[in-house]
Amino acid sequence: MKFSRLILANLFRKKIRLLLTVGSFAIALFLFTFLAVVRSAFSRGTELAGADRLVVINRVGLINTMPLAYGDKIRQIQGVKFATHNNWFGGVYQDEKNFFPQFVIDPENQRQVMTEMRVPDDQWKTFMGDRQGAIAGRNLANRFHWKVGDRIPLQNALYGPTKTWEFNLDGIYTNDKEGGDESQFWLQWNYFYENVPAVMKGQAGWWVLKMDSPDDAVRVGRTIDSTFANSSWETKTETESAFQAGFAKQLGNIQLLITTIGSVVFFTLLLITGNTMAISIRERTGELAVLKAIGYSGRFVLFFVLAESLVIALFGGLIGLGLAILAIPVVGANLNGLMPPLLLSATALGMGVVLAVFVGVASGLLPGIGAMRLRVVDALRRV
Amino acid sequence: MAIPLIYNFRSVKSRWTSAIVAVVGIGGTVGVFVAMLSLARGFKATLVSSGSEDNAIIMRAGATSEMTGGVTIDTLKVIQDEPGIARGADGPLVTAEVVLVAPIPLISTGTDANVEVRGVSKNVLEIRKNIKIVEGRMFTPGLTELVVGKNATVSYAGLTLGNTISLGSMRWKIVGIFDAGGSAFDSDVWGDAHLIGPAFNRPDIFFQSITVHLTSPAAFQQLKDAATTDPRLNVDVTREIDYYSKQSRRLTTLITVLGGLVASVMAIGAVFGALNTMYSAVAERGREIATMRALGFGGPSVVFSFVVEALFIAFVGGLVGCISVLPLNGLTTGAMNLQTFSHVAFAFRITPELLVKGLVFALSMGLVGGFLPALRAATMPVATALREL
Repeated sequence: MKFSRLILANLFRKKIRLLLTVGSFAIALFLFTFLAVVRSAFSRGTELAGADRLVVINRVGLINTMPLAYGDKIRQIQGVKFATHNNWFGGVYQDEKNFFPQFVIDPENQRQVMTEMRVPDDQWKTFMGDRQGAIAGRNLANRFHWKVGDRIPLQNALYGPTKTWEFNLDGIYTNDKEGGDESQFWLQWNYFYENVPAVMKGQAGWWVLKMDSPDDAVRVGRTIDSTFANSSWETKTETESAFQAGFAKQLGNIQLLITTIGSVVFFTLLLITGNTMAISIRERTGELAVLKAIGYSGRFVLFFVLAESLVIALFGGLIGLGLAILAIPVVGANLNGLMPPLLLSATALGMGVVLAVFVGVASGLLPGIGAMRLRVVDALRRV
Repeated sequence: MAIPLIYNFRSVKSRWTSAIVAVVGIGGTVGVFVAMLSLARGFKATLVSSGSEDNAIIMRAGATSEMTGGVTIDTLKVIQDEPGIARGADGPLVTAEVVLVAPIPLISTGTDANVEVRGVSKNVLEIRKNIKIVEGRMFTPGLTELVVGKNATVSYAGLTLGNTISLGSMRWKIVGIFDAGGSAFDSDVWGDAHLIGPAFNRPDIFFQSITVHLTSPAAFQQLKDAATTDPRLNVDVTREIDYYSKQSRRLTTLITVLGGLVASVMAIGAVFGALNTMYSAVAERGREIATMRALGFGGPSVVFSFVVEALFIAFVGGLVGCISVLPLNGLTTGAMNLQTFSHVAFAFRITPELLVKGLVFALSMGLVGGFLPALRAATMPVATALREL
């Protein structure tokens, strides 16, 4: 482009200002991406929940159990393909702050229900044959630098006097869904069952079941709940996403909070950059008038101003996104266990670029139109 | 000689558009900073005020929270006779409690929240002295009656005075509302421990925790020593206030880390904005400054004058930020306690100290944003600046 040199020369006219404006853009985009990532981390559970899965819990409350025999009755209901019973284990690895969810699983059915959580076949085989076996999510294993074959002690005070349960890490699962949960710890039902007090034997915490078709959710849910109605252990069946959403809602209005902060941040930074752009154009009124006087059209002047602001926006935006790509894994590692993993998605990056372009055009438009409408005589007369 | 301050006010006035932009930039940053801190503080204050200096909480050794704790009635009987425990009209001031969560819909969203249901002993009000019944009366031991916290009654559906609700396998009448002074108990539902347990299929001889009232805060060590050396017991004794401050740690850390990160990155952006504003102020005023220098104002007084101007803009920005978040003070919001998975209502807490912190934050942004441009103004060669168009 034959004007690129002119644009470049103008860009570098005030180096400090260029640096600051590009910096503001970079920071705005960085914060935008960061908040988008945090926000999606909190809602991811709901978004990724399997549409064809239901969760059955005790109507009295999540922490109450149900007879194990319910499993067979649930499997007989038409439309139910597989069902796995789980229990909360609640152990502590070395220190309380190393929290991660531990589930006692039904090894026969877990893989058929949680199809997106993949364990290599040979590892699964070892696990099946190992009473003290355990499977950990990839994220969890990375967090504590566990390798397959490690022996993992968990302190547990939930079932009688505190004692240490020992596990062999037989496998590591990965999640097929991008950003899916890889932080769980699975242990064998039988090992658990043998070591809990008599009152807890024969009880399961909840079932997760897979249906033949997601369209059947309402009917299957109702059938299950009516099967166990008026028993000592009534059930409450809901879709996995409703179950997750219930949890997410209780975390407080985090989404609203983040959206509010995000808009405050963004609006503020937009204002700052827009203003800088306007100042730099205002200072050059005389030059723009000269351009028009020697024959360039108003439209060209507008294009000229827009191109300049667009270059700044894009350049700053890309730096911001680069910073986000570098920083998010570090921040995520520090917050591990406190919140779901932070995951930078292509959508967030794409949104960032679009936003940078939008802000660039928007902040160049006002001064640009001003420059387009400029009357040469007035501008040249102004000192 | 110092340049009169009125010069700075007038120049801010004549360049009001860029001044306002800088004010909004700094105001927004300070607002986010104060709001995040007040949220973390409110949550912590709510949990910490739940505990008291002269109470101790006793759980099975190794239990990390009441939810995972468990003590049997035998332990309770031994504890009652340990030294350091205050005595009331009918025996030692000890409450053995059953703690669990039950789903009750939130009024705001209609979805279920895990409400903390606590079965307590009949003398609990003598042990937790900061809790008062404000409406109705205390439950009668042995009857299926409940008292609910003042936040619970407005947050969760159906928990109004005189109403009857289903919890676990029983029907309960709500006979009173208590005020726990803004602590986490305000989100609780309380009933007789001997009925709450069985209603949720828990044996009557099993509790989650024991809370005792000490004869004095100093008696804690005596009780702790006695209980931990007693061979019949396998328990942890924690001062109640310490227990609750530990409970708040996870959510508080999360909010502080996230909020701190956002506010500090945003501060860099705001400083950039302030720098830009001040640099262009200096650039536009090249001749003015040179004239002043020619008149005999020294370099240091020019620096001082520009820094004062930046500080003035920052101070106004800080005030705007503080004032705009002030309405949040006292606003109640709910969140899940990440340690017990129970839902707790708490309020944003904006203290004068926090506002001062916000203003100091604003002024430091102003200082950083004003100093370099001021330096440039002072070092500009007078002759060239005067000749400039």
